[in-house]
Amino acid sequence: MHNITPYSSPHYFIYLFVLLLPIVIGLLYGKRFKIYDFFATVVILAITFFGGDARQGISLIFYIIFEMIIVFTYKHYRKSHNNFWVFSLMVVLAIIPLVFVKLDPLLKNTTISLFAFMGISYLTFKAVEIIMELRDGTIKEIKPTEFARFLLFFPTISSGPIDRFRRFQKDVLKVPSREKYLELLHTGTNRLMLGLVYKFILGYFFGTLLLPKVSILALSYGDQAPLGISWALVAYMYTYSMYLFFDFAGYSLFAVAISNFMGIETPMNFRQPFKSVNIKDFWNRWHITLSFWFRDFIYMRLIFMMMKKKLVKNRIVMANIGYVTLFLIMGFWHGETWYYIVYGIFHACAMITNDAWLRFKKKHRQQIPSNKYTKALAIFITFNVVCFSFLIFSGFLNTLWFS
Amino acid sequence: MEKTDKIVDILKDVTGLDNIGDNLDQDLFATGILDSMATVEVLVTLQDQFGIAVPVSEFNRSQWSTINKISDRVTELE
Repeated sequence: MHNITPYSSPHYFIYLFVLLLPIVIGLLYGKRFKIYDFFATVVILAITFFGGDARQGISLIFYIIFEMIIVFTYKHYRKSHNNFWVFSLMVVLAIIPLVFVKLDPLLKNTTISLFAFMGISYLTFKAVEIIMELRDGTIKEIKPTEFARFLLFFPTISSGPIDRFRRFQKDVLKVPSREKYLELLHTGTNRLMLGLVYKFILGYFFGTLLLPKVSILALSYGDQAPLGISWALVAYMYTYSMYLFFDFAGYSLFAVAISNFMGIETPMNFRQPFKSVNIKDFWNRWHITLSFWFRDFIYMRLIFMMMKKKLVKNRIVMANIGYVTLFLIMGFWHGETWYYIVYGIFHACAMITNDAWLRFKKKHRQQIPSNKYTKALAIFITFNVVCFSFLIFSGFLNTLWFS
Repeated sequence: MEKTDKIVDILKDVTGLDNIGDNLDQDLFATGILDSMATVEVLVTLQDQFGIAVPVSEFNRSQWSTINKISDRVTELE
């Protein structure tokens, strides 16, 4: 036995469907079996985290206890106090395990990342959301069992989509009508099928069959031109981008589909991102739950603070500071390597440029044509900017240039 | 009605669009009238003008998407 990554093998799907069956039957008859739901969660998590090497599972348990202490200490504190620094301290404490895990490869010191387990990032997003909403007073009541159920909701545990507590509670506390549930089963099945096509056919084709070949080719041309630029590198860029999309969108479709089977409407993560007309549009369509999390809990809060405290007068400067902060944090979150950080800076620059262009366009509305050809051009440019950013993100340039 | 007028004025100031009060049920987010920056600006102005506290996470886009809905929410929070 070994740990099984969610949605990665036929075994996982078989275990999943056997475990889901009582839940589906229950929901069809208007019932949620709380104790069975708990049992199914334990079994699935055991398969995922205790299958072989139990270290991940033990880390997960410690992590949950750690976050629970922080969240419930803060909840208790917040009833009578509201100090900004206490709040900040709690947020910092909540992200410390994740920071250690991310620093680990850099320091090559495995003892600091005791908390390492698959999905730690996504659980941290949820825990931080709860602390922020406790401060805002939008979450007032939360029980330890509700907290654990939200964080450990197994369909999304390894890589999201990142749901929000209040939204999740709304679904979990009610049983959908039979009509509504049949509809959920229907859309869930469609999403599952599309996910299979995305991840195991298209993702496999681009990632497993094509990418290694293109990679060898691009590396073989590596010393023939400055910076190793070749047509093969361009091919790598597009192949990797397709792989990234189909693999991740496929996974996300599974996570949403399985949520649907459990009567939970987990938000979708992708909405035809390659049809985006500009980079802002792209971030509203790509890894949506992550970008909206960053928008709501970092960007808007930062802007709110700058505006309220009148730290920065100029709206444009304010927006740009917001973009740089957001995308730098996103870069660091991906990992402490130069290419993730550059990826973040690149997207911040793209957003700033895009805003400047939109202002220019607004001023010169009469002179600038707008028709289906300019729209096609906009989609083409955005697509290529995005694919280039994924080339940075892939780390292939690191291999090409430095090893 | 005074409240709605005040909200329309705020939105006009923030977006620079004059026709914004024409349809009180127009979806401000779907039509791209409000982006994140403009949203925060509206929030801060609402706080100042109506003396209400609207934390960012209270700001659920579906509940604040039209002028009529904003007006309802402001009434609730006052």
